[in-house]
Amino acid sequence: MSNIDDILKRYKSGSHESLIPILQDVQAEEGFLSEDAIVRIGRFLEMSTTKIYGLATFYDQFRFNPCGHVHLRICNGTSCFINGSGAVVRAIKETLGVDAGQTTRDGRFSFELVSCMGGCNEGPVVSTGDSFSTHVRAEDIPEMITKLKALADLK
Amino acid sequence: MKETEDTDTRTLLIEEVLRPASDSVSTAVEKKLAEIRRDKPSVPVIYIPSGSAAIIAGSERSAATAGQYLTDMGVNGLVVRTGCHGPAAFEPMMCIRIPGKNKLIFRNVTEDKVETLLNGVFHNDMPEEDLVGQSGTRGFEAWHDIPFIEDLPFFRLQKRIVLSNCGSYDPESIEEYIARGGYRTFLKTIRNYTHEEVCDIVERSGLRGRSGGGFLTGLKWKYALNSSSDNRYFICNAKESDPGSYADRSVLEGDPHRLIEGICIASYAIGASKAFIYLKTGSPLPLARLRNALEAARGYGIIGHNIFSSGFNLDINIREEAGAFVCGEETALIGSLEGKRGMPELKPPYPTSSGLYGKPTVINNVETLMNVPLIMARGPEWFRSMGTAGSKGTKLFYVGGRGRYTGLIEVEMGTAFRTIAEGICDGIRDGRAFKALQIGGPSGTFLTEQSLDLTVDYDVLREHGIAMGSGGLIIIDETTCMVDFVRFYMEFIHGESCGKCIPCREGTGRMLEILENIIRKPHSEDSNATLERFKGVMQLETIASVMKDTSLCGLGQTAPNPFISALSNFREEFEEHIFDRRCRANVCRGLRTFTIDVDRCTGCTVCASKCPANAIYGTRLQPFFIVDEKCTGCGICYEVCKFSAVTVR
Repeated sequence: MSNIDDILKRYKSGSHESLIPILQDVQAEEGFLSEDAIVRIGRFLEMSTTKIYGLATFYDQFRFNPCGHVHLRICNGTSCFINGSGAVVRAIKETLGVDAGQTTRDGRFSFELVSCMGGCNEGPVVSTGDSFSTHVRAEDIPEMITKLKALADLK
Repeated sequence: MKETEDTDTRTLLIEEVLRPASDSVSTAVEKKLAEIRRDKPSVPVIYIPSGSAAIIAGSERSAATAGQYLTDMGVNGLVVRTGCHGPAAFEPMMCIRIPGKNKLIFRNVTEDKVETLLNGVFHNDMPEEDLVGQSGTRGFEAWHDIPFIEDLPFFRLQKRIVLSNCGSYDPESIEEYIARGGYRTFLKTIRNYTHEEVCDIVERSGLRGRSGGGFLTGLKWKYALNSSSDNRYFICNAKESDPGSYADRSVLEGDPHRLIEGICIASYAIGASKAFIYLKTGSPLPLARLRNALEAARGYGIIGHNIFSSGFNLDINIREEAGAFVCGEETALIGSLEGKRGMPELKPPYPTSSGLYGKPTVINNVETLMNVPLIMARGPEWFRSMGTAGSKGTKLFYVGGRGRYTGLIEVEMGTAFRTIAEGICDGIRDGRAFKALQIGGPSGTFLTEQSLDLTVDYDVLREHGIAMGSGGLIIIDETTCMVDFVRFYMEFIHGESCGKCIPCREGTGRMLEILENIIRKPHSEDSNATLERFKGVMQLETIASVMKDTSLCGLGQTAPNPFISALSNFREEFEEHIFDRRCRANVCRGLRTFTIDVDRCTGCTVCASKCPANAIYGTRLQPFFIVDEKCTGCGICYEVCKFSAVTVR
């Protein structure tokens, strides 16, 4: 929790324009925006928590539950879509049993859709952390998830 | 030792290159600059283009392997990471300069190929199959029988002005940028010109905003400069909203310093002392490169307080947007910077009179700003000499989709789209047939074979009701279903609609619903369901026109564009979906029926084990069959069958 205080120290209290950067910093540090964090930010900025929730839910970037140990980013940009990312997304949803933005019950996996990571010629692109899988096909997904399970358990 | 050397270089660059008002430098300094630029390297240099496209294709591993090779073999050489050259199909690329010779460019150098390739180059046994060509610079010896890359259609048909630096220097080295003449234009501008003069020069050059609208940049600056206020703001819009474009971020990765120089000049022109770069979220590499570049520029005193004793102050901050398509719109962007929901406001007042915190604000996009230092350095006449009567200069495009050579390209205004699709991109991959070229992303239009002769020109396109957009071009071939593609864009826009005005919020939702209905699997084809579907379809065009007329901002007004354009060009495809329940591209999974050919099926069980719906039954080594009621149409059986026994209709 002291992390949040450290982040808040960097900003001027009561200035509403720093709300988005604060939320971004807190999410970068904690992985998501917890209820407690939002209450603290509200106190710091002298803003009601409903206002903060209202803003945070407007933007796609913010999430309110922790990421899985392995967080997949699936490119759903136009090029990847043309090369078949739709089927890949469906396969991932079916294999994991969760939707984009949610985390599996065992806490191992979560995934999000992003639009264009810049690898348009290599699509569909799926990334985990710093590594990228290119030309992913729907039928590769179950095997890929099985392999990643081992990685998720290490964390 | 290294540190003192760095400090020496820094002092030299500041005192001998940046501070003096004259252009010429002494021979000794010039020699040092040539050394920084690696003009005449005495050791082999391996350049690795390292943009996002390259990194995704594996360039970092290739770079590490190349570094290891040099160490293992005891070769005294350098590995330098640069920006991307453009052709995404060639990534990861590797460019090698042997001292005294032209640069050699190789394609698809994955880590396993690095050793063989370097062995070949160093021992004069040229690995021909991966060789793209040589790149000529004056004063170097040309290789025999190796084509120049400038002669390849991909490069020959382009005019690389904005991209001139991309791929030729290390974007993380400010020293190299300054040695190549960088930042001198900015300092000359603040020394020699008044604010009005800078606006005037840029206005005379005819530079128009590259974010789509095409407004005269210099004129926009003048509006802001002339509105009376004690404070003004400058914002660089690097929020590339189009989900199919990576152009601005590619440039930013390859040449961050020129962007910063452009921002500096633009801020000076409007008299702003604070500038923001509004960067799209989830772009780790562009963010890192920008941060690094800004840090370095601050260290050199190029941004900060009283820049080079000129009395001009400038601070540039990066603000990451938080993921909302609508924030590409000027007023929504400003709202988001102020810490509010990014929702568009009615214009006027325009941001140039009342923008960020109510102060005059100018928002320009990355590509526009990349042109500014060049215009200031080479003069407005030089810029006017390129392009057409109404559109000057060049235009960047990020070509994606099914073209043979896709990637980041730059063409002179007035170039026909046919040149891009058939010349630069060399047609369609895998010998398939061209269907359409999509321009302008989710608010854009489809160009069919007949309209490819239109040219890249704001006025020509506007005449045909087409928006230039920010630079996304998608090449579509016969394997893409237009209905599904339109649905994809509608789904995207529906998710991104801010919800402020009803035509956009409800209209996108209703259109998406109807489009999904068209491609859904007909579970019970009773007359009622059919009637509902037809009723919906008949409403589509009406909804589209209402949205166009009554939405508050550009997002809603242009959201029906892909649909309207697809319907007018590919009406028969929509009708097939609606009446015949058939998808000619075999994409819409609700309308696909899979069957197993009994003569071809060997009973290998692969399809049955992979089927996520357990819809395939049979006995091992006997032909299998698909139960139609259980089949979800995902097509995995079709993909995995090694004997082409699964057929789709």
